[in-house]
Amino acid sequence: MGMIKKVFHSPKFRLGFIIFAALLLFVFLYPLFDSGDPLEMIAVQSYLKPGTYVSQYDVAGSDGITLDVVASDKKLASHLPEADRNKMKTYLVDFVGLDANQVDTNNIPKLIEQWMDNYNPNNKAGLLVSAQRDYRNINKEVLAALDAGDIIIAINDPETGELIQNKTIHDQQYVQVSSVANRQVFPLGGDNFGRNVLRELVEATKTSLMIGLIAGIVATAIGLTLGLIAGYVGGTTDNIITFITNLFTVIPSFVILILISYSVGQEARGVLLVACIIGFTAWPWTCRSVRSQVISLRNRDHVNLMKLSGHGLLHILTTGILPYIASYVVMALILQIAQGILSEAQLSMLGLGAATSKTATLGLMMNWATLFSAVVNGSWWAYFPVVIVIALMSFSMNLMNTGLDQVFNPQLRD
Amino acid sequence: MSNENTSCLKGVGLTKIFGSGKKSVLAVDHVDFDFKNGEVISIVGESGSGKTTLSKMLLGLTSVTEGKIYFQGKERDISTRAKQKEYWKGIQAIFQDPFSSYNIFTKVDGVLLDCLKMRGKGNLPREEKYQLMKEACRFVNLEFDELTNKYPFELSGGQMQRLMIARVFLLKPQILLADEPTSMIDACSRSTILDMLMKLRDETNMTIIFITHDIGLAYYISDSVYIMEHGIFVEHGTSDDMLMHPKVPYTKRLISDVPKIYEAWDLDSITV
Amino acid sequence: MGKIMLEVKDLNTKYITREKEDVYAVNNVSLKVEEGKSLGVAGESGCGKSTLALSLMGYYFPPLHYMSGDVIIDGKNISGMSPDLVRKTVLGEEIAYIPQAAMNALNPTKKIIRFIEDVIRAHEPKATKKDIRDLATERFQKLGLPPDVLDRYSVELSGGMKQRTVIAVSTILSPKVLIADEPSSALDVTSQKMVIKMLRDMMETGFIKSMVFITHELPLLYNVTDDIMVMYAGQIVEQGSAKEMVFDPVHPYSKGLMGSIIVPEEGIRGKKLDAIPGTPPNLKHPPAGCRFAPRCKYATEECRAGYIPTRVFAESRMMRCRLTEDQLREVYANE
Repeated sequence: MGMIKKVFHSPKFRLGFIIFAALLLFVFLYPLFDSGDPLEMIAVQSYLKPGTYVSQYDVAGSDGITLDVVASDKKLASHLPEADRNKMKTYLVDFVGLDANQVDTNNIPKLIEQWMDNYNPNNKAGLLVSAQRDYRNINKEVLAALDAGDIIIAINDPETGELIQNKTIHDQQYVQVSSVANRQVFPLGGDNFGRNVLRELVEATKTSLMIGLIAGIVATAIGLTLGLIAGYVGGTTDNIITFITNLFTVIPSFVILILISYSVGQEARGVLLVACIIGFTAWPWTCRSVRSQVISLRNRDHVNLMKLSGHGLLHILTTGILPYIASYVVMALILQIAQGILSEAQLSMLGLGAATSKTATLGLMMNWATLFSAVVNGSWWAYFPVVIVIALMSFSMNLMNTGLDQVFNPQLRD
Repeated sequence: MSNENTSCLKGVGLTKIFGSGKKSVLAVDHVDFDFKNGEVISIVGESGSGKTTLSKMLLGLTSVTEGKIYFQGKERDISTRAKQKEYWKGIQAIFQDPFSSYNIFTKVDGVLLDCLKMRGKGNLPREEKYQLMKEACRFVNLEFDELTNKYPFELSGGQMQRLMIARVFLLKPQILLADEPTSMIDACSRSTILDMLMKLRDETNMTIIFITHDIGLAYYISDSVYIMEHGIFVEHGTSDDMLMHPKVPYTKRLISDVPKIYEAWDLDSITV
Repeated sequence: MGKIMLEVKDLNTKYITREKEDVYAVNNVSLKVEEGKSLGVAGESGCGKSTLALSLMGYYFPPLHYMSGDVIIDGKNISGMSPDLVRKTVLGEEIAYIPQAAMNALNPTKKIIRFIEDVIRAHEPKATKKDIRDLATERFQKLGLPPDVLDRYSVELSGGMKQRTVIAVSTILSPKVLIADEPSSALDVTSQKMVIKMLRDMMETGFIKSMVFITHELPLLYNVTDDIMVMYAGQIVEQGSAKEMVFDPVHPYSKGLMGSIIVPEEGIRGKKLDAIPGTPPNLKHPPAGCRFAPRCKYATEECRAGYIPTRVFAESRMMRCRLTEDQLREVYANE
């Protein structure tokens, strides 16, 4: 208990833990509020922009409320973009002769008023044909913007087949968003398959954490066992284990990872298998560091005393050595989990991750985003949040690791 | 127990070489000795003279490169775990640094219970075990009831070494190997430890091998003294002989290097 | 009477633990060391000896805190100075400090001469390399250290040699006071003797003007220092000349300490050592009255009642006991 308290005294560990816990909480609480199939392909288009989408049909069908507002600047601006307004200014200043100070492109109603007063479609003096056409088009837009004509909704008369006017919608009619029956919220937009990115991200984070956890546990279990045996038993056993460890260390583990992933084959690569593969390639450094710790412990007097008290190998390993390196092993486990998540992302980016369309992982999301050129067409919402989540997880776990180091390593203790 | 003057621990040509090839280090060089039952023997030497390596070999904690060890007249055999355990019922140790001698995750009663198990008394009724442990603590002036729920590192250095002696008292081996048991604790606790070692010998007729760099302590506690220099016993004899009539310059130097109070301590006679 | 090099008046310092409890490790300590003299401080571990050393040189880094009292070095009061200022202006020139583990403090990537350059340059930025080397070589020769040590790295030296080198380096500015805290306890007897010889040589040649030597090895103190002060539970228990303290201790605690001396001399063998039972008290809650009372076989209810002040006896000696010298001697005689 006291140990846990001490761990939380370290500000680094606290910060890391808060970030990590917040991520976890979000991942597990979010589905309670937004329960939909995370991999349901909702949109027909790819890369929906983030936002709330309401059914056009329902909007037209809802009863409007009249608000006494003049066509807002927003509406005017949607008709007359900045470029058009600048052209209007040029016309007004150069051909009509207004003072440049009097024309303000940001005051759209005033600008339109000045335009209506001064624009003369017959005034062709010194204007290129293309410019004349430009100004005519602008004029049309201006008129459209000013036009507050009603939209008439008609339905087919089932008997006569004639159109019967059903409803008119005028300029000042509004609908409350939440009263629209069908709404779709895409807080982080949609991906290339038209799926809700946020839902997918939550699901992917969960899966990636699981992969990291399994990979970390597999790696730590293998590394710890081999390290303990190599360090404590020594001699030939140590030589053999060290040789295997070195073999794994010399060949970059990522290459081994790619080779194993590739040779396992597309169909067989499930999430669990990928996690195990990652774990299987990551154990060497845990093994090496555990081994060196055990070597420094094995000749300590307390181990000698345990031997003299008649304890066997297993008992000495579990009670005389393991507790001494337990904190170290926990730290290694945390790093292995973080590393596992990163490795999964790397593998999947190369298309060697879990081959599945049933589960999303952070790496797969990145993979899809690159494959379907999200980066090129500027759909940042398809990959940027994924990068942030990966970074946050890795960062928080590394922070916790450093925090633990400060608590357990007497040389860094303040 | 065994009779006086029978051989308890005998070494013939004991050698330890660390490493191999050009980098090998000869730590103990063909050492012969014959320790008798019930004797207190001191092995005196500077740091690096090989005395700790010798003690590890005697305890069977490190392999013997060459030579033979005879325990109670028979050649020592620690080839299997069972035989090792049997040997360790006959020889126990107290190490130099009390702070690193205990497993920091084991409580005091755990340490003592281990000893009872080793003696095959693990299945005794609780009350009997309690009485045995209490008796062992009383032997070293510790109060068992105050210690039961404590970890060894909560005790002072002197108390920890006393607990070590309590351990040995429970185990009752024929040989106790004390490797500089007093060098890490202060002078006041030191005399307590030495007294208790003497008491242990008097009550159980245990052979005590006392390893030290301070010939004063060796003289105080032991019957015979072996002087070790660079892995070789350069001289040995009774304690009085060694101190009063040293023959080898190394012994003379060791004696002159210890501060005196009754005679003048000649600081200028350093011959290095 | 010589010039007073180190004077301490009613010094009190404490530790503040992580649990915010106060531990009064040095309690009302006063002492004087004259030029050319040395003072030994003896006591069990946990009696505040090392804390006294840190307090004397103004090393007040948490958890150690200064409370009250004065430390005056050759007329200059350094108590209450910030540790940084102490390090810049006092350490090296006024005070040098050698702890037990000093030999492990040498940076293994630097040659010994670099440490000396650092120490000298900190006080005399203009000193040239050649001057420094000449000074160092001369100093090392006088202290019996081979000058080629200067161009070696600390890892190449043996433990005893390293410790002596550290002592030579830290006293290169000839400080007024040397505080040696168990400088030889981690060494074997031969290296210990060489360290002791070196300290004596430094006193004789005036490389250090006075010394406070802290150890639990009484035979060492007897051979090195002029006076011995016995500390118990953060307080001074008895003080006197080395000879008086070793052969004629009066306070029951000092008597116990001296009874534990073992030297390789005839008559020691088989002598019953009188060890003091028990352990020093926890200074978070020191016992009321005489702090030694719980372990003292002569203690009575009165001893546990109130504060026991020190008293002077036999002209130059001092002790802290409820009983007078004569009463104590009578008690011992009746045993």
